[in-house]
Amino acid sequence: MDDIVDLSRFQFAMTAMYHFLFVPLTLGLAWILLIMESLYVMTKKEIYKDMTKFWGKLFAINFALGVTTGLTMEFQFGTNWAYYSHYVGDVFGAPLAIEGMMAFFLESTFVGLFFFGWDRLSKLQHLAATFMVALGSSMSALWILVANAWMQNPVGAEFNYETMRMEMTSFADVVFNPVAQVKFVHTVASGYVAGAMFVLAISSYYLLKGRDMAFAKRSFAIAAAFGTAGILCTILLGDESGYEVGDVQKAKLAAIESEWDTHPAPAAFTVIGLPNQAEQRTDYAVKIPYALGIIATRSLDEEVKGLKELLDEHEVRIRNGMIAYGLLEKLRAGDETPENIAAFEAAKIDLGYGLLVKRYAENVVDATEEQIKMAVDDSIPNVAPMFWSFRIMVGSGVFMLFVFLFAFYQSASNKIGSNKTFLKVCLYSLPLPWIAIEAGWFVAEYGRQPWAIAEILPTHMGVSSLSLEQVWFSIIAIASFYTVLLVIELFLMFKFARLGPSSLKTGKYHFEQLENQFEPIQESK
Amino acid sequence: MFDYETLKLIWWVLISVLLIGFVITDGFDMGVGTLLPVIGKDDDERRIMINSIAPHWEGNQVWLVLAAGAIFAAWPAVYATAFSGFYVAMMLTLFALFFRPVGFDYRSKIADPRWRTSWDWAIFTGSTVPPIIFGVAFGNILQGVPFILDEFLRADYQGSFLDLLNPFALLVGVFSLCLFVLQGSTWLQMKMEDEIRARARLVTLIVAPVAVLLFALAGLWLANGIDGYVITSALDTSGPSNPLLKTAELQPGAWLANYELHPVTMLAPVVGLLFPLFALLASIFNRSALAFVSSSIAQFGVLLTCGISMFPFILPSSINPSHSFTVWDATSSEVTLNIMTITAMIFLPLILLYTSWGYFKMFGRIGKTYLAKYKHSAY
Repeated sequence: MDDIVDLSRFQFAMTAMYHFLFVPLTLGLAWILLIMESLYVMTKKEIYKDMTKFWGKLFAINFALGVTTGLTMEFQFGTNWAYYSHYVGDVFGAPLAIEGMMAFFLESTFVGLFFFGWDRLSKLQHLAATFMVALGSSMSALWILVANAWMQNPVGAEFNYETMRMEMTSFADVVFNPVAQVKFVHTVASGYVAGAMFVLAISSYYLLKGRDMAFAKRSFAIAAAFGTAGILCTILLGDESGYEVGDVQKAKLAAIESEWDTHPAPAAFTVIGLPNQAEQRTDYAVKIPYALGIIATRSLDEEVKGLKELLDEHEVRIRNGMIAYGLLEKLRAGDETPENIAAFEAAKIDLGYGLLVKRYAENVVDATEEQIKMAVDDSIPNVAPMFWSFRIMVGSGVFMLFVFLFAFYQSASNKIGSNKTFLKVCLYSLPLPWIAIEAGWFVAEYGRQPWAIAEILPTHMGVSSLSLEQVWFSIIAIASFYTVLLVIELFLMFKFARLGPSSLKTGKYHFEQLENQFEPIQESK
Repeated sequence: MFDYETLKLIWWVLISVLLIGFVITDGFDMGVGTLLPVIGKDDDERRIMINSIAPHWEGNQVWLVLAAGAIFAAWPAVYATAFSGFYVAMMLTLFALFFRPVGFDYRSKIADPRWRTSWDWAIFTGSTVPPIIFGVAFGNILQGVPFILDEFLRADYQGSFLDLLNPFALLVGVFSLCLFVLQGSTWLQMKMEDEIRARARLVTLIVAPVAVLLFALAGLWLANGIDGYVITSALDTSGPSNPLLKTAELQPGAWLANYELHPVTMLAPVVGLLFPLFALLASIFNRSALAFVSSSIAQFGVLLTCGISMFPFILPSSINPSHSFTVWDATSSEVTLNIMTITAMIFLPLILLYTSWGYFKMFGRIGKTYLAKYKHSAY
């Protein structure tokens, strides 16, 4: 890693993946808090209020870091990806600003009332505040994912040579981007799974320790139901259907599958194998007939394009893009004849492919055949990391499906806690949602390479004009801060999770009864 | 809905509104953070101070986040150039901001005095560094920023971090900190009881005159020692956002031109000078709510003064003034501005509504009895 592009990519990947350790739990736990508090308002049983408050305490520890690391994301487009910000800010910035107005304000204002308004608000008002937190966080995800989906499949925008940037032509197209819709459902539902697994695992811990049973069983049951719904949504409404549209999404799908050649429909699904990028083939592939075609196209008669065919298409577009680049240079130099404008407008759809060459040839129009070849080879992601991350994600997801289904079956048949082994499985499944989610983001974002904005702006063009020292400074500083913060966060999380509802100091729960040697108090009225 | 020229103007106003919202709301909770080790004598007192902002700081901070987001969306080139140009300063601001959410939330979780003292200083740093850097940034923008654009509009910043720390910018930085502390001290007067309230009052009595003095000093310096920028060519205010289409140059006294052209704009600096004094008077007579409102209006006057002095410039280039970003040639497209204007017209009133409801619900002073009652759930 010796250039600004690699360093900036590393910093972005590091900060974004770190940020997304906290986001999913916020997304899921907020709704679980709402369910618990709704039960409190409906049944008037204090135990549900205690549940809301206790899981709310853990929610707060997580939320603080979510907010902290979100600030980095807000700054980072400008600090490290300045040309990106200029080039696509007109389209990409709008959903971010709307997210602030519509969602983040809502979530942040009401989260204060959630924690400190218990005695200042009526029961219903407080419930409404909790609802606003949950709604705000999911809406927030919606707008961020609209922005992200536009990077994967940039619809509703056009390049304007006068302003030298992408400009929005249809806001509706940007919002109703098909990629945005599947991404939203898939990502938010996976957050719900993270929230549910968190509650399920920690409740199992109390059940294993045999303490605060009523509290733990109720929490377990809520998590089991919510998690079952969440994991079903995540798997059934998976992201793959969004891989149908747009060239880069297709390359991603082919890379996930290590699908080098286009096969007649419906394509087979490679369960496992060893991708071989140099030879453009997959060694030792084990395949399931028809499965890929059905997963990717939801049909039996549409074909899934292979990487070799995509590379051939890219070469054609790169050569066109070089012509577009030459015309753009003329227009920017003031040679705005109607012929030049018309020719550029006709060719500009491939301008982004022309920019791919800029990595190897400063003067794009004069690129050698060898440089063009390098740009073409670069125009698809590395297959092996994609292939494996995807399988890690799916494997974790399927495992969690069984965990939640069994947990749900147990709570439905009133057998929670009857099987110690299963409680241990639940406890040690705790990291799975995070593993699956980070792997999933890796597939989505690494799979987008070499593009920052698919087919429009190569990643290497997007960086700021910075010095290596500046970026090293920020990477080292952020990594140090984040490490310290993570240690503190995990320390507090473990401390309060172990302490359980006793941390509320109501006098009703395990450790306080031990300390005070009180007669056990009835847990619920 | 609106024509392009009007939209460009609307977003100059809206971004000013967001920045003003930030200095008024996040201003007081940052001020409280700065004052935490200064007037909070023991852990209980510091907890009471923190809990006066506990239900609000999170929402307040969104004004800053939204201001940055709105600059990204409405002035993408300005966001790109300023954030990457001021790289080290921005990173330092970011690191300081890291301390606040965790500081507020984690401080009370463990009773160990070393733990709590560490977080006190973390909150202090997180609340004191950003106002200074924001002030320094504005001080530099008023003098012009050393960047140029190439033919593809890629910005190249040619200054260094140390160049930012020039005397005028440092003066504005200290002034900015004073304003935030003024905001924090008047808030504490309004929310605290007994000794803390008395100490906060003392802080206001000291800081308010200093703020007026620094504002006047910065104004005189700006009028006599710092050249402003003027546009010297025709500029199509409804045209596409290409900053290379105009020419501009440095001119002594140009930052005062708007006040001569539209004398009514003189109100902004007058408000900025007078309202800290009203806050001072109100504090002398123990009218703490009035002091807080006066201080808030002062923030409004000061920020508007800065904006009006530079209008239509947003980010002037000191290397090549013609490359400067202005309200007319640095905005997003008409479609984007329209969409965001509609969103803002719907959601900004809603935000003000539920934010006010939140403040209304948490109304009233807090003190030792509050802390005793909420020992385990308060910050």
